[in-house]
Amino acid sequence: MSASPPVAATPTTPLAVRIGERAGSMWTFGVLAAIIAGFSFTTTNFLTQQTWLAVSVAATHVLLLAVGQTYVVISRGIDLSVGGVLGLTGMASGLLMSNLMHAGWSDPLTIALGGLAALAAGAVLGTANGLVITRLNVTPLIATLAMLGVAQGLTQLLNHGQELADLPVGLGEFGNRVLLGGWVPAPVLICAVITVVAALVLHRTRFGRRTYAIGSNPEAALRMGINVRRHVTLVFLLSGALAGVTGFLVMAQLSAASVTAGTGAELKSITAVVIGGASLFGGRGTIAGAVIGTAIIAVLETGLVIARVSSAWQLLAVGLILVAAVWADQQRLRLARRT
Amino acid sequence: MTPTPILAVRGLTKRYGGLVALADVDLDIRRGEVLAIVGDNGAGKSTLLKILSGTAQPSDGEVLVDGAPVAFRSPADATDAGIATVYQDLALALDLDVAANLFLGRELLRGPRPSRWLGWLDSGGMRQRTREALDRVHIRIPDLDKECGMLSGGQRQAIAIARAVTWCDRVLLLDEPTAALGVEQQQEVLNLIARVRETGIATVLVSHQLPHVLEIADRVAVLRRGRLVTVLDIREATTERLLALITGLEQSETTTAGAAR
Repeated sequence: MSASPPVAATPTTPLAVRIGERAGSMWTFGVLAAIIAGFSFTTTNFLTQQTWLAVSVAATHVLLLAVGQTYVVISRGIDLSVGGVLGLTGMASGLLMSNLMHAGWSDPLTIALGGLAALAAGAVLGTANGLVITRLNVTPLIATLAMLGVAQGLTQLLNHGQELADLPVGLGEFGNRVLLGGWVPAPVLICAVITVVAALVLHRTRFGRRTYAIGSNPEAALRMGINVRRHVTLVFLLSGALAGVTGFLVMAQLSAASVTAGTGAELKSITAVVIGGASLFGGRGTIAGAVIGTAIIAVLETGLVIARVSSAWQLLAVGLILVAAVWADQQRLRLARRT
Repeated sequence: MTPTPILAVRGLTKRYGGLVALADVDLDIRRGEVLAIVGDNGAGKSTLLKILSGTAQPSDGEVLVDGAPVAFRSPADATDAGIATVYQDLALALDLDVAANLFLGRELLRGPRPSRWLGWLDSGGMRQRTREALDRVHIRIPDLDKECGMLSGGQRQAIAIARAVTWCDRVLLLDEPTAALGVEQQQEVLNLIARVRETGIATVLVSHQLPHVLEIADRVAVLRRGRLVTVLDIREATTERLLALITGLEQSETTTAGAAR
């Protein structure tokens, strides 16, 4: 029977489509390069160590949220609560550290426990999201919108709406320490390590593979024996835990737990992820894309301040890039996919 | 003395409230045969397939695998018993490549304990096994890294069938596998079913397309209003005869293929 005709021989993909497929992932990187080039031509002293430090620190406020959001969006969800979780975990961790400090605990121990507390609190809040979504069958949009409200409310209640600055001195030193010859702030290093690990897990492990499968076709994943409920809960746990880490890092940089920390961060993280090529319909997206999306936002935010241009332009520019990125992605898919 | 059927149902009945979807059906599926199930809409074809694939449970009667009664509580139970189903919507993740779809939910992991615990994927191994699985049924898809969404409908159907036969060794259940395909691709799927038969796996084929049934099946079971009208050997079957049985113009007393008429 080896002479029998093969089932459906390869369609010859047009060269233009093949180039488009590859270029699609590079597209946003080109935008980032163009923005940096634009700033360096129009603004004196743009390509400096100062700018790098400012941009990279600004990026840490969004990057880990975007990494978590990438997992969520690939699994066909959305997490609107990350900004609220960031604020609440910062405040909760701050209160814990303040109390430990007054109880006479040493700075390093207090700070370490504060960090773990923020991580754990974020994981608990994320798990709550996941359970509401998978057990009560509430859509991710509504469940995490509710969590956003709950978290923001709790942040206000915890310290009576006041900023908390009564924190160990070592915390601010840790949050603003710059390593490796003054080039790498400690929070940036932490974010970078976590991001690399998250990328390896997403692209090289079974957990990542199943995250894509669930987002691409939840029904198929279920039929092939994947525990979709548990997996989705874990994805939201991850997103919450990363928001907790961010809450701690932001607090460390400011040396204070602010009641407004994280406001609007959920939309920034979604923007970064979508600019990076993730699809809100699930099944598509990469950590590299989220990094580039975050970098575009951070460079615009910081660059326009350095160029003394109103930050209103940053909002406008990011909005336009967002639409352009989604449009380009849809064109690419339309060309490549036959249905 | 006939050999024990690889899969059989005895007195199978399924009631949905007052509606009897399947009434007292006896049917044998033999090793390496293609058994087609035909019938009008609502004749009970889908219900029978659902029970065999574990997505529905019978109200009465039993399912026998190699002569032993079994109770499928879920599709996973059926898969464990060597029975795999290809659904009409194929259940492929279109954003994932061919190998990822073949190993969906059964990913191969690499290395010793620690990396196994981490769930480190063995991409090379999966690709090679995918290639072997596709070769086994003569499916040629040169670029295994291609997302399934970029493949044609016939190729997707072929991958769905290849996945099913990779994870089953007894019975392949196909629900309208040639629907929604072009003429050429329909023929390719029929060729594929023939090659599955060569591997010794039995195929249960539900189809509306009588010409395809006559071309590929060894026996044809006709269902009408939840009852098994007859099982014909393919040599006794013609389009006219099948249509008559499906619509009830001909009533048949024989219920087993090859029985004297």
